[in-house]
Amino acid sequence: MRAPEVTVIDYGVGNLLSVERGFEHCGAKVIVTADPEKILAGSKVVLPGVGAFSNAMDALEKLKLVSVIHEIAKRQTPLLGICLGMQLLMDESEEFGLTVGLGLIPGRVISVPDRMLSGDVQKIPNIGWNSLQHSGVSERWTGTLLQDNSSGDAAYFVHSFMAVPTDSAHIIAHCVYGGHRVPAVIGKDRITGCQFHPEKSGDVGLKMLRRFCID
Amino acid sequence: MRNIRLIARLDIKGQNLIKGIHLEGLRVIGSPNEHALRYYQQGADELIYMDCVASLYGRNHLGDIVRSAAKDIFVPMTVGGGIRSVEDATQILRSGADKVAINTAAVKRPVLISEISYRFGSQCMVLSIEAKEVGSGCWEVYTDNGRERTGIDVIEWVKRGVNLGAGEVLLTSVDREGTRKGFDISLVRAVSAEVSVPVIASGGMGKPEDIIDVVNLGGADAVAMADILHYNRSSIGEIRTVAEVAGLGVRHYESA
Repeated sequence: MRAPEVTVIDYGVGNLLSVERGFEHCGAKVIVTADPEKILAGSKVVLPGVGAFSNAMDALEKLKLVSVIHEIAKRQTPLLGICLGMQLLMDESEEFGLTVGLGLIPGRVISVPDRMLSGDVQKIPNIGWNSLQHSGVSERWTGTLLQDNSSGDAAYFVHSFMAVPTDSAHIIAHCVYGGHRVPAVIGKDRITGCQFHPEKSGDVGLKMLRRFCID
Repeated sequence: MRNIRLIARLDIKGQNLIKGIHLEGLRVIGSPNEHALRYYQQGADELIYMDCVASLYGRNHLGDIVRSAAKDIFVPMTVGGGIRSVEDATQILRSGADKVAINTAAVKRPVLISEISYRFGSQCMVLSIEAKEVGSGCWEVYTDNGRERTGIDVIEWVKRGVNLGAGEVLLTSVDREGTRKGFDISLVRAVSAEVSVPVIASGGMGKPEDIIDVVNLGGADAVAMADILHYNRSSIGEIRTVAEVAGLGVRHYESA
């Protein structure tokens, strides 16, 4: 069998090497590129991201990648947004004023609440491992990238903002931080977004990357 | 309840994993990545690599070590030692690190904290502080791996650092480092009471039970461990169990 191919969009900052190594570990051939042609030719595309929302949107605009990502979504090519890459999938973000996003999953990016449900001060950014919980009515993740995972699996989060889909049916998994529900994996059609870093979440994350490769 | 992170700290000199006492008298332990892989397989939540002679020579040599670790280690890695500019940080992050830890260069030029935080996000900018007690309830910032005093008060500095954009604090007690006497709880408590960002307590973990007080009384969000792991006095798995039994939240971990 030919190795699955994964195309990682390189639009500037962040640690892309770990994303690349994570997919390689899962047996994929990885192409890291900012070239619109190569991205459009990709059979599975990853939108990574670390840093500020508006900087990332600017970078995507400058590289003429916004329309490319829209085209990918239209063609139903599997697309995985990781961390900031997940937030970029939304309509808009409140980070440093309102910024328009890619608009692929309806909803908004808002700050992680700085108070716990109990009223105590919450540490921001949320840095650390947190357990994934089922969000839908189903107790299974069949047909999603979490298919091989179990409820309670812990993943590594690092973020100050969170993506909240308008339609709760788009939330596949969430974690609880300071009593608040934080969307952890969201999805619509062939688009998946995950707030945590699967490439930094040990075996739990690698299972998800492997599923993305074979799906 | 927040999950306390169990972090393996690897101090590196040249190509070797080393360990000292009070950050001095460095002894060679072995290959950094053999140890790193072992700690990853034991379920370490993160790794910290510190080039402990880098600030002396103004260069960080960890790029190759981290790049090779990134092949089979899939937890966050923080790299520190001799990082002086946004360019240095860029290089280290491209090698597979997720965060940079900065001490000496930040003390010399505090705005570096803002530059890195603006460029890569505050979650990427770990303020590393080497603290030495200079009176009751008073600690001084040291630089160059515990060699140089600065006259700066730790509490004042940590507040300033967080205001400048540090997203996390790696707090090393030079007094306790390598002594196995337990953490400097008052230091950790004094710092975590002042800042809203996570604090990693480092220096002095002698036995697994030491984690309990530094979290419950000190308010630490994470603990960095070296000696206790390097000399096989305990394992991440054992420490996780001790933490669970004591009622501390830790990552749910099943070894593969």
